[in-house]
Amino acid sequence: MASKIGRVPVREQEAKVRATNFEEVCYGYNIEEATLEASRCLNCKNPRCVGACPVGVKIPQFIAHLASGDIEAAAAKIAEDSSLPAICGRVCPQETQCEGSCILGVKGEPVAIGKLERFVADYTRDKGGVKAVCKENNGHKVAVVGSGPAGLACASDLAKLGYQVTIFEALHRPGGVLEYGIPEFRLPKDKVVKAEIDQVRELGVKIETDVIIGRTVTIDQLIDEEGFEAVFIGSGAGLPKFMGVPGENLNGVFSANEFLTRNNLMKAFKDDYMTPIHAGKKAVVVGGGNVAMDAARTALRLGADTTIVYRRTENELPARREEVHHAKEEGVKFAMLTNPVEVLSDEKGWVRAIRCIRMELGEPDESGRRSPVPVPGSEFEIEADTVIMSLGTSPNPLISRTTEGLQTNRKGCIVADSEGATTREGVFAGGDAVTGAATVILAMGAGRKAAAAINEYITNK
Amino acid sequence: MYKILTKEMLTPTICRMKVEAPRLARSARPGQFLIVRVDEKGERIPLTISDYDQETGSVTIVTQMIGASTRMLCEKEAGEYFCDVVGPLGMPSEFTEMPQEKLSSQRYVFIAGGVGTAPVYPQVKWLHERGVAVDVIIGAKTADLLIYTQEIGAVCDNLFICTDDGSAGFKGLVIAMLEKLVNEEGRKYTQAVAIGPMIMMKFATLTAKKLSLPIIVSLNTLMVDGTGMCGACRVTVAGKTRFACVEGPEFNGYDVDFDEAMRRQGMYRSEETEADHKCKIGRNE
Repeated sequence: MASKIGRVPVREQEAKVRATNFEEVCYGYNIEEATLEASRCLNCKNPRCVGACPVGVKIPQFIAHLASGDIEAAAAKIAEDSSLPAICGRVCPQETQCEGSCILGVKGEPVAIGKLERFVADYTRDKGGVKAVCKENNGHKVAVVGSGPAGLACASDLAKLGYQVTIFEALHRPGGVLEYGIPEFRLPKDKVVKAEIDQVRELGVKIETDVIIGRTVTIDQLIDEEGFEAVFIGSGAGLPKFMGVPGENLNGVFSANEFLTRNNLMKAFKDDYMTPIHAGKKAVVVGGGNVAMDAARTALRLGADTTIVYRRTENELPARREEVHHAKEEGVKFAMLTNPVEVLSDEKGWVRAIRCIRMELGEPDESGRRSPVPVPGSEFEIEADTVIMSLGTSPNPLISRTTEGLQTNRKGCIVADSEGATTREGVFAGGDAVTGAATVILAMGAGRKAAAAINEYITNK
Repeated sequence: MYKILTKEMLTPTICRMKVEAPRLARSARPGQFLIVRVDEKGERIPLTISDYDQETGSVTIVTQMIGASTRMLCEKEAGEYFCDVVGPLGMPSEFTEMPQEKLSSQRYVFIAGGVGTAPVYPQVKWLHERGVAVDVIIGAKTADLLIYTQEIGAVCDNLFICTDDGSAGFKGLVIAMLEKLVNEEGRKYTQAVAIGPMIMMKFATLTAKKLSLPIIVSLNTLMVDGTGMCGACRVTVAGKTRFACVEGPEFNGYDVDFDEAMRRQGMYRSEETEADHKCKIGRNE
């Protein structure tokens, strides 16, 4: 009676210790734990988990291989649908996807699908990785803009089909949000991100860093002068939003993007890097998403007493449950039903406090969430010398402005159909550039769909 | 990796380098900038492009040692490599989009200070090649700190040199020279452009306003990615927050909140000096 075993707990770095370092929080399963957890899977005839996975990983099949001890076969099964399993196993919101639809979750706890995926990926990588099978070079060239999850997924699928793929990356390291956004303690850069990107390279994908599409070279030039037959735009989310409250340009106010980029991509937390960063003594992070949790836990690790300010209640926090739980364990404070109205200055133009107003929940808005309403006369101050705004992003206009015939919507997102086709022939798009800020796995799903559409487009041309 | 083709010291603290970056050289326009990362552990340093040459596939950068990172950059030699050179970034100067007939009726005056003199060069050259009248005022503390006088002298109509101590040219500030040219000599300009230290651009703007002369300034704000992603470069222009890296770096001087821009520019100054205790250059600019 496999399902009678409870979910195997995963070992983690102790909260007090990890709050002072950037080592990975979760140690993952060892082989015994993974095998035991895999034995809990009921191997459903109609697996709901697969349908809930944006890239359709054949979950019961890989778990069955794992349960029978054939970890290589498990890895190969995952590789059919995902090129970044060690990443997804760590950062996917499993509770709303695969694990959220696991039948075991109805009465008890769902199978720890994410942790199993992570185990399989880590284990096989340490043993030299899986060799994915590529078709023979078909002589067609495809350009991919951006080396984040959408671009990497699209490039992998196309390379497996025999295309010559070049990814253009604006920053100096490939990975997009995996590199600049998600912190080391959640997603180790060299051990996991670089290793999985190297596997994509092994499929024959070329990655050119330091190339900003729309500035260094345009999409039209890629098609007209460099011989690319199709282009996939996976350029990501773009420009950070600010609240528009007074005092937002004071010294000590940062976007979460800046704060995280300095720390993750530019390694400010390491002594031997030149990058400056200001976490201050008391940091306030405004927002409730995963990015806000990442920024808060980073500020905490850099030594700041850190508070998250969010205008709804804890139930509405858009962040993954695990991140909220971890942040709390580590000592991040949560000020819910609180909304900033002004950032206050000291005599030198630096932040000294943030003035907030208490909120209460009113009627549900169009997203179904009860919208917060200010309580009149309830303003109060929270002392802070660092304020980090984590309010989401708006699309970067660099590409749409410089590409003839590429339509954007009211919000500035690139218009693309469900297969990724844009209004410009031969140009496809997916991920945050199309949807606005979302998750790694949704971007990968969009990248995969676009790869199939590009294959069809070039084949039928 | 990006090869340094040539290097020379223009003053004891300012160096000029020609760097191999073919894609960048092909797309660069006057007014744009680039980002250099010296090595794997270095910062991303934004620098205005001082020249570009499609034929050799190279770009020219002029850098002043003002902190640990810029010193590391200037210590590299010809034949060595930079880890990253990326660009061009920002919008090209407004005049590059102007129709020739409108351009022909313009009379430009450039006000250049310190290391900001170098990026004036491609702008003046571009205008000169299209037959537009251009005067240039270059200022420095002393004669031996002047840069680009010959290069700019060769592509402008009139060059005016100013030094604080009178060791070359006019003794006084660039803005005093601008006032003199307009008020005393009766020279007529349709557009001023100021590039240099933030404080110089602030006062150049105040002077231009007094003379009812429109003025463009090029803001050298803090930046990380340079593509609009981080917002470190935000400045208040006409009461609105703008990102200098994607919407600038050039803005209408009248609209810029210089005091805020100067305050924000100094945000990491204490950290920068901690990284290198020896360096005090440029701290009082």
